[in-house]
Amino acid sequence: MSFMPYVAPEQLMKDRSDYAHKGIARGRSVIALEYRDGLLLLAENPSATLHKISEVYDRIAFAGVGKYSEFEELRIAGIRLADLRGYQYGREDVKARDLANAYSQALSTIFTQQMKPYEIELLVGEVDGEDDGTSIYHILFDGSVTDEPAYVAMGGHAEELTDALRDRYQAGWDLETAVRTAVQMLATVPEARDVPAAQIEVGVLDRTRDARRAFRRLSKDEVASILAG
Amino acid sequence: MTDPLRLPLAGTAFGASPSFIELVRQERPEAFPVLGDAAHIAIPHGTTVLGFKYADGIVMAGDRRATAGNIIADAKMRKVFAADDYSAIAIAGAAGQAVELVKLFQLELEHYEKITGDRLSLDGKANRLAQMIRQNFPLAMQGLVVVPLFGGFDERRDEGRIFYYDATGGRWEEDDFQTTGSGGQPAKNSLKKRWRPGLTRDDALRVAAEALIDAAEDDAATGGPDVARGIWPVMLTVTGRGADDVPDADIRAAVDEVLRDRGPSS
Repeated sequence: MSFMPYVAPEQLMKDRSDYAHKGIARGRSVIALEYRDGLLLLAENPSATLHKISEVYDRIAFAGVGKYSEFEELRIAGIRLADLRGYQYGREDVKARDLANAYSQALSTIFTQQMKPYEIELLVGEVDGEDDGTSIYHILFDGSVTDEPAYVAMGGHAEELTDALRDRYQAGWDLETAVRTAVQMLATVPEARDVPAAQIEVGVLDRTRDARRAFRRLSKDEVASILAG
Repeated sequence: MTDPLRLPLAGTAFGASPSFIELVRQERPEAFPVLGDAAHIAIPHGTTVLGFKYADGIVMAGDRRATAGNIIADAKMRKVFAADDYSAIAIAGAAGQAVELVKLFQLELEHYEKITGDRLSLDGKANRLAQMIRQNFPLAMQGLVVVPLFGGFDERRDEGRIFYYDATGGRWEEDDFQTTGSGGQPAKNSLKKRWRPGLTRDDALRVAAEALIDAAEDDAATGGPDVARGIWPVMLTVTGRGADDVPDADIRAAVDEVLRDRGPSS
């Protein structure tokens, strides 16, 4: 019969937390910020097809950093929850807050009950038809969730990027300014460098879009021309 | 079919199903309609819809009447819908069932697109619809028959395509035009005389309006354009630029032209 040596709960949680932090710190970052027409999600992503940013529902988008397989699993779970809920009730009853709560519960359970915590952070963003109706929920690997005011950075260099956002962010940026500024910030961590346009993934929730689905993915060409302009 | 795929030896789930219908079947089976002896209840039926190719893609059109026995259940029913950005579906048959089928089909396409990050090919969409109708077959045997037309713009082939279904899920591709519903036959006869390859948009709307007017003249269950109350057929085009509702003003112009050419009845 095998038995586990006693480990203090504080130690256990700290070890898991350190493990998850290390995993997330190795990855690249995602910046989300409110701009004039909605919400911008921007990631540094060497892959053109394995996305970090995705549509979830009509006015809700998702972004993940860390281990791809883990946040992809949660992305799919989120789309399923949203589509089922919209089918059973109404499309306008699908809310980012519910989704953020579901993610928070799931990650909290995984953090405390599974061998290995998920090495990810998630972001759920939503716009509504009103002028100032934007919400950003940031969910950590242990299930803690925060409601961010106008901008958030997560991933490898979240702290430096958050500091930069605090200094430079201004409400009412147009899309071009928002994209350019976010890319300039990414290019300062870990040290000053060039970030090629082809490695920038951009998705927006555009509340001015004349369609039910507010999410739009910017093509590589669009991103390149914004950065060049 | 409802179980997720599993690895043969390890037994763990393999791949996420991109199907919304499978998801509902697994998680909320009570949300689907159950078998009953519906044939004896007078339920609303949608009547005439049609679809054909024209120069830029396809046009789909339908009248607005729903009948329950000899009662007009609805004078403004919509039977032609965009399925997604590049395809459209038109329905005839048991109205409640048909509208639910359209809703599920729209969700199926959107869900697939969000999970995989890619739109289904037009063939893929047409096949999926055939499977959905096949699954409805037990209900069709109870009298809840749904027979849709499906069409869209095939981005890979760069052309519009039209598909026709029967109640068992049989699927055929049409080269030119197709109609379905109680007024389908007169509408088809009309299209036979009027349809030509490569119609312009204006001509296409006119041909569609004329076919629906012909159907309404010969079939009591098909509603003609109601000029007095401003009820016009629904028309939708799908081209390389996407699926678009035809504005009422354009439909009205097409209808007016057909009626003017016919003149007063003698």
